[in-house]
Amino acid sequence: MLAYITRRLLATIPVMAMVAVVVFAILRLTPGDPAAIIAGDDATTEQLEKIRQTMGLDKPIPLQLVQWVYQLLQGDLGVSLLSGAPVLGMIADRMGPSLALAFGTIVVTVSVAIPLGIVAAWKQGRMLDRAVMTFSVLGFSVPTFVVAYLLIYYLSIKMGWFPVQGYKPLSDGFWPFAQRLVLPVLALSGVYVALIARITRSSIIEVMGEDFIRTARAKGATERVVLMRHALRNAAVPILTIIGIGIASLISGVVVTESVFNLPGLGRLVVEAVLARDYPVIQGLILLFSFFYIFINLVVDVLYPIFDPRIRY
Amino acid sequence: MKIDNLAVQVVGDPTGRQVLENISFEISSGETLCVVGESGSGKSVTSLAIMGLLPAGSLKPSRGRILVDGEDILAASPARLRELRATRMAMIFQEPMTALNPVETVGEQIDEVLRIHSKLSKTARRQKVLAMLESVHMPDVERIYNSYPHQLSGGQRQRVVISIALILEPRILIADEPTTALDVTTQKQILLLIRELQKKHNTAVLFITHDFGVVAEIADRIVVMNRGHLVEVGTREDILARPREAYTRMLVSSVPSLIPQKREAPVTDIVLEVQSLSKNYSRKRLFGSGGSVAAAQNVNLTLRKGEIVGIVGESGSGKSTVARCIVRLQDPTSGAVLVKGEDIARVSGPQLRPKRQRVQIVFQDPYRSLNPRMRVGDSIIEGLVNFGTKREAALKKARELLGLVGLSDDSMQRYPHQFSGGQRQRICIARALALDPDILVADEAVSALDVSVQAQVLKLLGEIRDRTGIAVLFITHDLRVAAQICDTILVMQHGSIVEAGPAAEVLTSPRREYTRTLIDAAPGRGWDFQNFGPLISGAA
Repeated sequence: MLAYITRRLLATIPVMAMVAVVVFAILRLTPGDPAAIIAGDDATTEQLEKIRQTMGLDKPIPLQLVQWVYQLLQGDLGVSLLSGAPVLGMIADRMGPSLALAFGTIVVTVSVAIPLGIVAAWKQGRMLDRAVMTFSVLGFSVPTFVVAYLLIYYLSIKMGWFPVQGYKPLSDGFWPFAQRLVLPVLALSGVYVALIARITRSSIIEVMGEDFIRTARAKGATERVVLMRHALRNAAVPILTIIGIGIASLISGVVVTESVFNLPGLGRLVVEAVLARDYPVIQGLILLFSFFYIFINLVVDVLYPIFDPRIRY
Repeated sequence: MKIDNLAVQVVGDPTGRQVLENISFEISSGETLCVVGESGSGKSVTSLAIMGLLPAGSLKPSRGRILVDGEDILAASPARLRELRATRMAMIFQEPMTALNPVETVGEQIDEVLRIHSKLSKTARRQKVLAMLESVHMPDVERIYNSYPHQLSGGQRQRVVISIALILEPRILIADEPTTALDVTTQKQILLLIRELQKKHNTAVLFITHDFGVVAEIADRIVVMNRGHLVEVGTREDILARPREAYTRMLVSSVPSLIPQKREAPVTDIVLEVQSLSKNYSRKRLFGSGGSVAAAQNVNLTLRKGEIVGIVGESGSGKSTVARCIVRLQDPTSGAVLVKGEDIARVSGPQLRPKRQRVQIVFQDPYRSLNPRMRVGDSIIEGLVNFGTKREAALKKARELLGLVGLSDDSMQRYPHQFSGGQRQRICIARALALDPDILVADEAVSALDVSVQAQVLKLLGEIRDRTGIAVLFITHDLRVAAQICDTILVMQHGSIVEAGPAAEVLTSPRREYTRTLIDAAPGRGWDFQNFGPLISGAA
């Protein structure tokens, strides 16, 4: 097990290195002089020269890469062009709301979607199943921001149960923190609940056709045992895969949701940085998201053998 | 147990189509009743009905009673049925590979029966499971208890399934083709095991099979079924020696005999010569190689024009690997494959392509070896068109070939799903013959077919050989089939040929211990099915 994880960790090194190089290249491959883009239209030659020097753009590209990687390994992501603040610090400041949103979404999604999928599979073809599947189609097709505005309109403005937008850190107390997260989490969860409920249902239905399900029934097992003990665990691998992909794709959902609910998280930082062409910040964020993606994949790979002993470490 | 006038119908079918009609038979303690019939005869539906396991929503019993110790299964509530399963009636299934939950240890799976039906403590249950595993002759039961199904062999898994079925000593054991997926030697052990446990607990065994060899071996009485109807019930001697019904007679006489027909060994040109062929599979790992497995070692064989050479052996003996190397679906690791003197073992890419014409193959499963979205005619001419024949000429040839394999012209426009298994295998043979190959490789080509269809396809292969002089390499695990069709037989074990010779010699006076074991394990070898009587000793 430990050897397997080590092997997998080692295998991520080339991937991470490639990501780093691509991120480095983005700034250098942008059409035109990056310094000119950064400085704006009416910059003087001296200003441009100064920017080039501070960013190291006057040196040969291979040297720039070496320097960049060297800084990176020390945890130095450079400074923001806009504010001059270290990128790492900016990202750390914005991490809280995004993590809270993502974590809340994962918990809600998994704890709602899997039971829904199980129920739908159990009552396959009946009213309950159809209801779940209809909801699932809706969840897929209605964009997150529409769901978000509907939730705000009914639950915040009409009913007044939740604040319209904003964020309070956990240090301000649990209730203010949670109250402001409920709607964003609900809005973002919709599409993932739909997706994972569907996959859970179809995986279970597929497993229910297997021979060992018949064996379990021949033992005299109740349908509940057949479903929960024999079918669910065998259906776990595809469900796990989709949860992994879902978590990884949360990043884009976070951007939209944070904008709608005005949460000061990484998603908003992405939008701000892109609009301001704050390249070091964009680089830092892409790096972070890539590492996050690779990490999720690693976690999923490590979890597989726990659910299915046939997958060897 | 008694089945009384049972009928099963398709749910929601307005015509009230019956899958089973008027099925009545009895079985008493300690007795083995064999239910035989070809695919689609309703034998499995009968067994599922007894367990109350008919697929809900598609099949339901419409009439009759199934009495187990006087209690009607069909009238029992779902809860009562669950209580009866595994305690009163239990079942073992055909595919030991899929009948066990792959993500639970086998110990837990046997234990589940006890958890459901008893109030024993954890340690008491564990003791009982280990004792059960011992009684099915498992080695090292502690280790087996904690093993997952994929870590066990087919025979061991079937022993686990038997443990699940018999741990509560049910009155009736339903065995649905329990040995069909196993090798003959394993099959023999499992049959002996079932018999042993049956004696010990005086269990009634309802044994469902299509294999008359097994029937001749174990049955006290036999039920013959065909298309949902009961054809005939009688003692083993009644059915095998004095069948009353024409269908039974046809079925029994289709069983190929183990005694090979005496044939003149052909002294024609050699079309295929395989010299010291080896195939190694290497296990790849991230760091370094994990060693290699020899699937075939130093295999030599020759095939003459008009000759049928059989390769027999158990699963994993390397017989299919050899076939695939000869057809070059796999690349041999070393050795030579000479087709009419030309070595095709090393050529590849564009040089190999024209050579492919010379060797064609027919696969085991006719249900999966035809493209379901291609018309049969197109499937047959695909090879011809690839090698430059004009479409019109190719279609003409395809029609001739269909005639040769006994199918009508209009088959050309139809799709594979419109044909039965036997017809599909005929189509596969026609497709293989389309390129006028010198060599036809038949890899378990009749193993998936019912005996009566099997007999027809074997006859067809013989006729084609006589007419076209094609050389056939016939891969099979079934010694009866090999005896029926092969001139020469090679016996493979662990990737090597252990014995080779004329069919009659190999099967009647084997020189090697392993060949003898194989022949001894062939079920029903003491019975001459075609002549409806026991085999006269001395003839063998």
